[in-house]
Amino acid sequence: MFWFVLKKVVRAVAVMLLVTFATFTLMYGNGQGIAREVLGIQATPAAIQAEVVRLGLNQPLIVQYGKWLHGVVTGNLGSSFSTGQAVTSILSSRVPVTLTLVIVTLVLTAVLSVLIGVAAAVYGGWIDRVIQPLSVLGAAIPAFIIAIGLVFAFAIRFRFFPATGYVSPSLSVSGWLSSITLPVLALLVGSIAAAAAQFRGAVLDTLSKDYVRTLRARGIPESRVIFRHVLRNAAGPGLTVLSLQTIALIGGAVIIEQVFALPGIGDLSNTAAQAGDVPVVMGLVLVTAVIVQVVNLLGDLANAAVNPKART
Amino acid sequence: MTGAPGLDLDVDLPAPEPEPQPAARRSVLRRLLANPQGACCLAFLLFVVFIGLASPWLAPVGPNVTNLSAVNAPPFSPHHLLGADGSGRDILSRLMWGTRETLLACVIVLVVSVVLGVTSGLIAGYYRGKFEASASWVSDVIMSLPGIVLLIALYARTGPNIVAAMAVFGLIIAPTYFRLVRSTVVSVRNELYVDAAKVVGLSDFRIVGRHVLTAVRGPVIIQSSFVIAAGIAIEAGVDFLGLGNPAQPSWGSVLQQSFNNIYNNGASVVWPALLISLTILALVLLGNVLRDLLQSSAHGKTLSPRRRRELSQQARQHAASTANAPPAPPKDVVLSIRGLRIGYPDGNGGVREVVHGADLDVRRGQVHGLVGESGSGKSQIAFSALGILPKEALILGGSILLDGKDLLASPKLMEEARGRRIAYVPQEPMSNLDPSFTIGAQLTYGLRAVKNMTKQEAEQKLLGLLARVGINNPERVFRLYPHQISGGMAQRVLICGAVAADPDVIVADEPTTALDVTVQAEVLELLRELDDERGLAMILVTHNLGVVADICDYVSVMKDGLIVERGDVDSLFESPAQAYTQELLSSSRRVELTEV
Repeated sequence: MFWFVLKKVVRAVAVMLLVTFATFTLMYGNGQGIAREVLGIQATPAAIQAEVVRLGLNQPLIVQYGKWLHGVVTGNLGSSFSTGQAVTSILSSRVPVTLTLVIVTLVLTAVLSVLIGVAAAVYGGWIDRVIQPLSVLGAAIPAFIIAIGLVFAFAIRFRFFPATGYVSPSLSVSGWLSSITLPVLALLVGSIAAAAAQFRGAVLDTLSKDYVRTLRARGIPESRVIFRHVLRNAAGPGLTVLSLQTIALIGGAVIIEQVFALPGIGDLSNTAAQAGDVPVVMGLVLVTAVIVQVVNLLGDLANAAVNPKART
Repeated sequence: MTGAPGLDLDVDLPAPEPEPQPAARRSVLRRLLANPQGACCLAFLLFVVFIGLASPWLAPVGPNVTNLSAVNAPPFSPHHLLGADGSGRDILSRLMWGTRETLLACVIVLVVSVVLGVTSGLIAGYYRGKFEASASWVSDVIMSLPGIVLLIALYARTGPNIVAAMAVFGLIIAPTYFRLVRSTVVSVRNELYVDAAKVVGLSDFRIVGRHVLTAVRGPVIIQSSFVIAAGIAIEAGVDFLGLGNPAQPSWGSVLQQSFNNIYNNGASVVWPALLISLTILALVLLGNVLRDLLQSSAHGKTLSPRRRRELSQQARQHAASTANAPPAPPKDVVLSIRGLRIGYPDGNGGVREVVHGADLDVRRGQVHGLVGESGSGKSQIAFSALGILPKEALILGGSILLDGKDLLASPKLMEEARGRRIAYVPQEPMSNLDPSFTIGAQLTYGLRAVKNMTKQEAEQKLLGLLARVGINNPERVFRLYPHQISGGMAQRVLICGAVAADPDVIVADEPTTALDVTVQAEVLELLRELDDERGLAMILVTHNLGVVADICDYVSVMKDGLIVERGDVDSLFESPAQAYTQELLSSSRRVELTEV
């Protein structure tokens, strides 16, 4: 078990290094361009050259990356080109917003899509026939379109929920709840539709296995065959679905935040990208890579817990 | 996996079925047009493409023409069919011009992802080895990236550049093709015709071109439809964030401008939102229709629930009318099957009967062999005695009498008999143990489900039985998982599970077919011993006459869903009455002779 976890952690770190190095190369590949962006179009070539040296952009790329990596370990991601604020402090105010959005949606997705997927697979019949087209519809329409529809319907027409803005749960729990209800709902539609379809497939797949027939033949009641044996075996593929769904949710949240004016990483990355604020963009790439790898790692560990064959 | 908001790309596509015949493939387009859903989607998409290509001639005005008198014009106002935006630009014209941007995005995404994904998938699947391993790793890494975040990061360097952004997205989405193509090629590669082509001396290039590409084409076309949908979603998303080119209208930027203006002209949001949603939906539905057409096994053969009810009702009535005068089975008969008829949906709303009225008596202490070639219906009879036929199977008539009571008469009787009085020994030992539980856990759970026992009592009994069925270290095996034991051992475990509840009847479905020859004899011996020890009645389904000769007392010969001959093993082997039995016997003798 120790080696299993170690192997997965090493793999996750390798992926993070690869991703951050690739983005770093892309971001810092053109030092002159960055300096020009920072100083504005009127800057003289001499001023740009001075800025390049001041920001350390004249050093070889690998050295710059090494310094950045050293900063990652020591908790210093540099400071924003536009505001001069430390990147870590900017991130610490933005990341929790997106993360709550993603986590709340993920938990709801896990619960609801398991229920729906299992019901569709086990009962079949009309439940399945209603759920199938709905899941195609739900998974096809982009979350930001659903978000716009929700804003239009609930926030502008009926004014049930605030259209925009975010209330921290430390200020007001009910305010927080009503500020994230619509964003979560917008993400939830597609995420449940996609995950439920996959869960349905996983359960159907398990139901067709030989050992399920043998368990039934042994006289175990159907409900117990499903809850003890089928769900346990369908859990592995289900966890994979959820970890992939998390990645999709982060992507969805980034755009959704724009619709609801939520001060999360979506809004931040948008502003930073448009301002050419490279340190902030790098920080964001790092944060998302870490979140994704942590989610994958948790998925792998949970998979190992339910599936004895995966423990190697 | 891609950051495409809410769009599921079906990352775990099952290994595709073999391609349909060329004749069938030629008419795919015709079949697509004959399908109302497919035809509608295709027509809509062609319309969108046409609008995009023809916008310079069709659009009422240029994309950036402003008309200050029409600022925030509502829909259906003169000159502005869909209204005008906050700067007085015609929304219809902007959407038409924006379609070009979307088309461009689709082409780039598709070209980049197909070139990268399909090529790498072909190489990885055909040559395997190191390339496959590293390509799979890279593909896993790419799939774990949130695409939109990378696209935003990219913008910080390139500014608004749709070509670069969509090329990067093509790279991000390429793994879906890679995985699909690789698994298809791996399955085709082992086909006999590919071997044959190699033997004939065709070059790898020719083989891939001729045989592998044809197999890959269908799945790739289906997947493309989903990839284009994802491309449209991501392009609209990026433009909606304001990362598009402000001079160039696009669906996403029209949506963004309308949304920012939602309090002044709410209706204007509807058009771009509708256009984006409908186009994506049309692509996804088209993909689903294509999947059904190209992979015909994807849609199951099912009957309507009403038709199922009708048929089983008929069967019940039929059984009730004949049950009045069943030929009373002899005293020592435990299980008696009378006039059993089983059918499956034929896919056209009808039912194909596979067992046509089988009669079978099994006596205490007797091993009753049920022989026949594969597809003769013998396993169907075995499954029906346990009530474990596949979900789509239909019992069309007859009865299964256990001590004179018809198990088919009520599900309750069947439930009481299954596992308690009739037990099952399956064919494939390795796939018949639940991989997620230890041997001990699943045996104990199964036993306690049917017997009122404490956990300790059940474990004691099972450990004793495991020793009885020939497992040397029962305590150790108890703690192992199924993948940690051998096939022979697994079959002994399954036999132990079957006899643990002290049943009267055992239904063994080809119990030795999947085992090594040396183990086969031991398992047969064990079954025979258990049968004698416990006075069990056993139905032994097999296609192997050697097995029948070894351990059966009585044998029924099946052909095409009918029992054609029955009798004592000795007399039947001595003087088979039916031509089919003679044929079966002589062919098995021939096999024995050639083997010697």
